[in-house]
Amino acid sequence: MHAHSATAEHPPKSGLRAFVARWVLTTNHKEIGTLYLWLSFTLFFIAGAMAMVIRVELFQPGLQLTEPNFYNQMVTLHGLIMVFGAVMPAFVGLANWMIPIMIGAPDMALPRINNFSFWVLPFAFAMLLSSLFMEGGAPNFGWTFYAPLSTTFGPPSTDFFIFGVHLMGVSSVLGAINIIVTILNLRAPGMTLMKMPLFVWTWLITAFLLIMVMPVLAAAVTMMLTDRHFGTSFFAASGGGDPVMFQHIFWFFGHPEVYIMILPGFGIASQIIPTFARKPLFGYRSMVYATAAIAFLSFIVWGHHMFATGMPLAAQLMFMYATMLIAVPTGVKVFNWVATMWRGSMTFETPMLFALGFVMMFTIGGFSGLMLALVPADFQYQDTFFVVAHFHYVLYPGAIFGTMAAVYYWLPKWTGHMYDERLGKIHFWSAAIAVNLTFFPMHFSGLAGMPRRVVDYSLQFADFNRISSIGAVLLGLTQLLFLYIVIKTIRGGAKASDQVWEGAQGLEWTIPSPAPLHTFQTPPDLASVEQANGLRT
Amino acid sequence: MSTTRNALGGKGRKHTIGLLALAAGMFGFAFALVPLYDAFCKWTGLNGTTSGRASYISSTGTPTDREVTIQFLAQAGNGMPWEFRPTQSELRVRLGTLATTTFYVRNRSATAVTGQAVPSVAPGLAAPYLNKLECFCFTPQRLDAGAEMNMPVRFYVSTDLPRQVHTLTLSYTLFPVGAKS
Amino acid sequence: MRIAKLHALGVSIVTSAWSSQACAVAWDLREGVTDMSRRIQALHHMSFTVCVIVGIVVFGAMFYSIFAHRRSRRQEPAHFHENSRLEAIWTLIPFLILVGMAIPATSALMEIEDNSDADLTVLITASQWKWHYQYVEAGFGYYSHIATPRGQIDNKERKGEHYLLEADQPLVLPTDKKVRFLTTARDVIHSWWVPDFGVKQDAVPGYINEAWTRVDKPGVYRGQCAELCGKDHAFMPIVVEVRRAADFDRWLAGQRQARALASQAAIAARNKQWTMAELLPLGEQVYLKHCATCHQADGVGQQGKYPALAGSSIVTGPIESHLNRVMNGKADTEMQAWAPQLSDVDLAAVITYERNSWGNDTGVVVQPLTVYSAR
Repeated sequence: MHAHSATAEHPPKSGLRAFVARWVLTTNHKEIGTLYLWLSFTLFFIAGAMAMVIRVELFQPGLQLTEPNFYNQMVTLHGLIMVFGAVMPAFVGLANWMIPIMIGAPDMALPRINNFSFWVLPFAFAMLLSSLFMEGGAPNFGWTFYAPLSTTFGPPSTDFFIFGVHLMGVSSVLGAINIIVTILNLRAPGMTLMKMPLFVWTWLITAFLLIMVMPVLAAAVTMMLTDRHFGTSFFAASGGGDPVMFQHIFWFFGHPEVYIMILPGFGIASQIIPTFARKPLFGYRSMVYATAAIAFLSFIVWGHHMFATGMPLAAQLMFMYATMLIAVPTGVKVFNWVATMWRGSMTFETPMLFALGFVMMFTIGGFSGLMLALVPADFQYQDTFFVVAHFHYVLYPGAIFGTMAAVYYWLPKWTGHMYDERLGKIHFWSAAIAVNLTFFPMHFSGLAGMPRRVVDYSLQFADFNRISSIGAVLLGLTQLLFLYIVIKTIRGGAKASDQVWEGAQGLEWTIPSPAPLHTFQTPPDLASVEQANGLRT
Repeated sequence: MSTTRNALGGKGRKHTIGLLALAAGMFGFAFALVPLYDAFCKWTGLNGTTSGRASYISSTGTPTDREVTIQFLAQAGNGMPWEFRPTQSELRVRLGTLATTTFYVRNRSATAVTGQAVPSVAPGLAAPYLNKLECFCFTPQRLDAGAEMNMPVRFYVSTDLPRQVHTLTLSYTLFPVGAKS
Repeated sequence: MRIAKLHALGVSIVTSAWSSQACAVAWDLREGVTDMSRRIQALHHMSFTVCVIVGIVVFGAMFYSIFAHRRSRRQEPAHFHENSRLEAIWTLIPFLILVGMAIPATSALMEIEDNSDADLTVLITASQWKWHYQYVEAGFGYYSHIATPRGQIDNKERKGEHYLLEADQPLVLPTDKKVRFLTTARDVIHSWWVPDFGVKQDAVPGYINEAWTRVDKPGVYRGQCAELCGKDHAFMPIVVEVRRAADFDRWLAGQRQARALASQAAIAARNKQWTMAELLPLGEQVYLKHCATCHQADGVGQQGKYPALAGSSIVTGPIESHLNRVMNGKADTEMQAWAPQLSDVDLAAVITYERNSWGNDTGVVVQPLTVYSAR
């Protein structure tokens, strides 16, 4: 991904110092995008290794590898790092790389803030990971850190966790502001909002969600901090507070957060499917409206995470209906993707395979989401492996497959080399099989009554767990293959053309491959691009 | 980079400041959720949160023969060296009429201890209709070593209590005050 | 109902294809033993079937398109990219399906939330990592701990049939009576869940929640804590023994009698003068069962989390503060109040054991009578 090592602005200097200075001080959106993607990739493997610990422990009943407290730390850090360290930086990295190019802008609007937003993150995660080596161990209360388990009962390292979350929040909010300001102000002349590629649209909406909910998360952990050390009782009944209020505040952040982790994936699928179907995206407008509708609804459904906390009937009904309603715009998106494929002329290169895997398995996760919305049934599903299966179906094929589709799709543009198509296909098929092997049995162990976040389980769940564990190890191995493919492509391979994909449309395909460090210093002439490229929008 | 900043101009700065303000506003909003949630709980009885001190019988419903059962529960939280129990386990009360019961406490420890009782009502739906005129839960209670007392609760249940409620449970948990520091 | 049958058929086909080696594998949400659990299962079947049908339609179209509209069969793609009528239809139809799903869900929920007119109230108090059941009307209660031996958990012994789902004292309930559960907790949030009843209710410290059930079949039903509550969250089973009403009444009477006898025995035991040699082995037993999970068998605790008892200033200091800490616990920590959980003799034994183990050689023998006078 660092193919543009030497240009006029960055004369080649030798030595480590120059290398470090370049990457630490860079304000270039492509380089910062690359940094985000590598950080995300690294953390993805760290959190993935924790998932391996979890799955090995659950391979059979009894305690084999971990003691319960350490297991809880693994569960907590796996969730936190995957959410804040793997998925979100991956999407921000893609946004950094692609949004300026896709809208014909020379860079992000606030390049220095961009640099700052990135460099906060390594410190945040170093702090979070360092808690593993502290007295009392790392945070052990689940990524949802419900009070009072996380407040008065939390280990001493909880304060580092709190500060880490603050830093992640600052990074996300500044990154989101940057993205919005870029999209609103730096579009090439003639690119109206309704002509923007869908990836840009979904990110615009995601950025608004980030700005509105990351501060709420910051406030929640601030209240935790004052409850722990400054004598307040926001979440402790003993001082007139209420532990359930923590859950309300957390999920007010948490549910939009779920969509932050999926909307850019929607955008990616909406870029890739038309390219390989060689047919314009079906229902561009309704795609935009559906995304906005999902974002809006995400603010009024938080209660569906809390049906068992003793909620009044009226609130339960309200949250149930609002949650079910989300199925409508989500359905519209899925139907539109299928309609885009319909009567196209499709080929199935790796990005398309991942995009199709995304659509299919995300839909399965959507189905279980709909089932979970029904309150009476939710009493049986809540806090079981059925929920674990549900959100991994949404997040793995959604956020992770979405990111992988995007990487395969744009990697030739970034590096100037084609990836190895044969290995890419092997990667897809092995990952797709392993994902289902890992997560599908979890539906059944959940329905049979296995609670989540348990270090040990009774004998009746053993068969399903064994399959899940085998699948998880396979899944981990397939991602090593992905790492190999990416490195191989950076280091060489067939030369990629500027167009890369025959059916691809959009400004990113009008610039050379690899993309030079600076693009669109003068805005592109959209009319001529449209004419030459048949840019459909 | 100069091209970038030139292209951005004043509108971009306005957007940046506006979005920063939005983020700051959301941070504040989360804190505002605390009193909002509190008010919402008192209004709906969410979590069985009871309303504060009622100063007079506000219910204007016509006198009624409808009776409900009130169960009393008490527990001392961890770190609270008090014996704590209701003197009556339950009471039949007529809606709209005043009733009184007491809770027994005894400080089992060798030092004076201050405690605060936190009430909760089930079903939560009925909580707003349970009005307490006098309750030891309004203020922290201090008890010398070995001291004991009966703490009174004077209350009435509003006549407009929803029809489907026949049994209410009033539960108190005692927490030590100042244990945190 | 037809839908449910269809689903059951599908399930049985899949199951029989698999079952050659795993005969006891359950694929479906549990049917349970209450009207409500059955209604919930029907609701699950209904929503599952809707999802399967929608899935067949959507994935069918997708796979047909993948097959028929691939490049090797169609060189020239079509160019349509909008159809307002179609888009309106696939917005409206899902909406109508959702309304159809919401109706039975709403009516079931309204019944779940109707806690009125119970025949019996059980107060369930959760703490790390055990349950306490209080029969509110009868005025007595007891703790229920996990009964699975440590050796089974550590893979040193063969695991029993009900591994992790067995308790020393089950909750006992009558059949065909509406039982109201009140849940609360003493430390962190727990969740009381018995899948066969279709009941899951969070236990929140300082607050009480309500749920109810009416079981129509005698038997033993098992569940677990469903909310992450710290270290031993996985080791907090729920066992409910449901007996016919007459049997239940007999059990209740038996409990009263047993309690009266036990309290006589307890009085006799605490009035006796105990020796160190008598108390130490008993104290070790109590310690290993209740205290070692945090403070460790060798009393070293866990750095930064659970204080060491070996050399601790409380354990080797004045007896009053040691008694106070063990009997009343410490607010906002895992250290709970043991006075309500253990007898005078057990408390005296465990405190004596702590004061005379791991290099704590105070030589002090704490008499049960001393404990009693601190109650």
